[in-house]
Amino acid sequence: MTTTSKGHEEARTAPRVSQSRLVRYVSRVRELGLLIVLLLVVVVVSVQEPRFLTVSNIEQILLSVAILAIVAVGETLVILTRNIDLSVGSMVGFAAFVTADLFKQQPGTNLVLAILLGCALGLVLGAVNGLAVTVGRVPAIIMTLGTLYVYRGLDFVVAGGTQVSASDVPDSYLSLATTQILGIPALILFAAAIALIFAYLLRSTRSGRQLYAIGSNPEAARLAGIRSNLLVFGAFALSGLLCGLAGVLWGARFATVDATAATGLELQVIAAVVVGGVSTLGGSGTILGAILGAIVLGTVDNSLNLLKLSQFWLQAIDGAAIVIAVTLDAFITRWLQRALITRRQR
Amino acid sequence: MKRFAFLRTWEALLVVLLLVAIVIGSSLSPYFFTGFNVSSLTRDLMEKAIMALSMTLIIITGEIDLSVASVLGLASVVLGAVWQAGVPLWLGIILVLILGAVAGLVNGLLVTRLGLPSLVVTLGTLGLYRGLAYVVLGDQAVSNFPAAFTNFGFGSVPGTLIPWPFVVFALLALLFIGVLHLSWIGRQIYAIGNNKEAARFAGIRVARVKLLLFMVSGLLAALAGVIFTARFSSARPDNALGFELDVVTIVLLGGVNIFGGKGTLFGVILSLFIIGAVRNSLGLVSISGDIQNIVVGVLLIFSVLGPNVVQSIQAALTRRHLAASSSTKKV
Repeated sequence: MTTTSKGHEEARTAPRVSQSRLVRYVSRVRELGLLIVLLLVVVVVSVQEPRFLTVSNIEQILLSVAILAIVAVGETLVILTRNIDLSVGSMVGFAAFVTADLFKQQPGTNLVLAILLGCALGLVLGAVNGLAVTVGRVPAIIMTLGTLYVYRGLDFVVAGGTQVSASDVPDSYLSLATTQILGIPALILFAAAIALIFAYLLRSTRSGRQLYAIGSNPEAARLAGIRSNLLVFGAFALSGLLCGLAGVLWGARFATVDATAATGLELQVIAAVVVGGVSTLGGSGTILGAILGAIVLGTVDNSLNLLKLSQFWLQAIDGAAIVIAVTLDAFITRWLQRALITRRQR
Repeated sequence: MKRFAFLRTWEALLVVLLLVAIVIGSSLSPYFFTGFNVSSLTRDLMEKAIMALSMTLIIITGEIDLSVASVLGLASVVLGAVWQAGVPLWLGIILVLILGAVAGLVNGLLVTRLGLPSLVVTLGTLGLYRGLAYVVLGDQAVSNFPAAFTNFGFGSVPGTLIPWPFVVFALLALLFIGVLHLSWIGRQIYAIGNNKEAARFAGIRVARVKLLLFMVSGLLAALAGVIFTARFSSARPDNALGFELDVVTIVLLGGVNIFGGKGTLFGVILSLFIIGAVRNSLGLVSISGDIQNIVVGVLLIFSVLGPNVVQSIQAALTRRHLAASSSTKKV
């Protein structure tokens, strides 16, 4: 269409160097813009409600963002490769129920074993997505829309209408979410550690850079000898693994788990990632951006709560955030492209 | 190649699948293949069926609309809200149909004017429109609709078992078949899906066609919302939650290519009744909707995975065939 042909012309006039500079500009403008939005929300809400800027409330925000952030890290890996994972909410819910239910059925279960089991379940579910997308050549949107419902359905089969409550699980499991290290909740530190590790891997390892290459131009990546299928499979499998981990933590944090746990989480996760500047066209964005996106949405969520605005707005805001973020991206990209071209002509 | 000719008519495969679904359904429950049950099975399908018509056209152009179920929900609660506020029902229905078209227009403008991927746009509006539905009614429900309206939802054409919503669907289906398979608009839709650059150079206004299709999709989703509201005599914000799975599954299982350019409404109508038969027969043996979703999700995945696997096998056979014939030539 028009945009594509314009893109061709511009590609001819502007060499690759400015293209990659463009991407860097966009992400810098994006992260700056996000910080400004975050600052605005903080200022406006703290004027209206003094309880907002207290240590305990900030801790509350970060706690609610932590699990979302872990899932967002996996989703970022997948979206970078120009794919999408819609099944994350179902994977988190399934892993949460299976882990919590294990303690209910086998009271003496070893904690580490249960955590590993939850993670392994996530890994298997993610690997199934990855296999179908790479070997089976099923588009990611179709595969993960399907497994969104298949995994949730399996969760319902396993649960059979039962639920696990706080009294069914040992305190050691619940303490995963309540322990504090140096006064900071372990859950927050845990999410931060995962984000930092994956940010480092994406930034500084060969496979990390190759994920970007696949997303920005799958065909070129293949011709350059990158094992795209293996890496895309890896991204889906890691997304599943992180969902499994997030599920284990979900069970520990909320204690009461039934088959509907984490329903609709995929919308929040994708909103966070997209708001954080990860391009759904693949090849651009960072983990830190995605985490920032999650924090912005978490802060908005918390403010609604504090200002006693209706909780019913939450879903509308997540949806609107996706639409607004991609619209802004389109405008910023177009504007920067034009700016670069005029500068070149001068 | 002749050996695989039967594989190429996807519709033939669908007829077999439908027969299998009917046989399994009948063996699961003696009530399955009764006039009353077939009538109620059909009635349960009609909202999805109406949305599948426009979804077929959109997917043939290479786009997708994931927001349809949310538009349905939003239309339903707005209809309830304006009725409760004392607006006459006919006016309310017109209002929500316009609302649906506007919701589709928003999707279409973002996709065509800004060149954004429809997948992301409509995933966003899936959340947005559903969220707005909750904003309008909260956790309330409106259910005091007049009898004439609800009779349209669960009544039948007098003297028959044909549900009124089916009449609406049948008329729309004829219209859509005419447009897609017999008119120049249909040729344009296929051309866009096959190669939108070539279509544009051939003088087809790609953006305008797509914009129109997104509006039609919103309009039909709103119409489905009106029917859903009448059928259950209830306007709730979670009406038809998750219906997009069924609609997309029906269209893709019907043989429409997810990358656009291929597929027919006949296949889609066949697959509509396959999904209907599967859900209905599972329901008859009291398997809950959440568990039925496993079967529908698997069908969705296999409707894409299946042809890919067949293609790979065919390619491998052709390669081996060619290798064999070239080696015999050498001898």
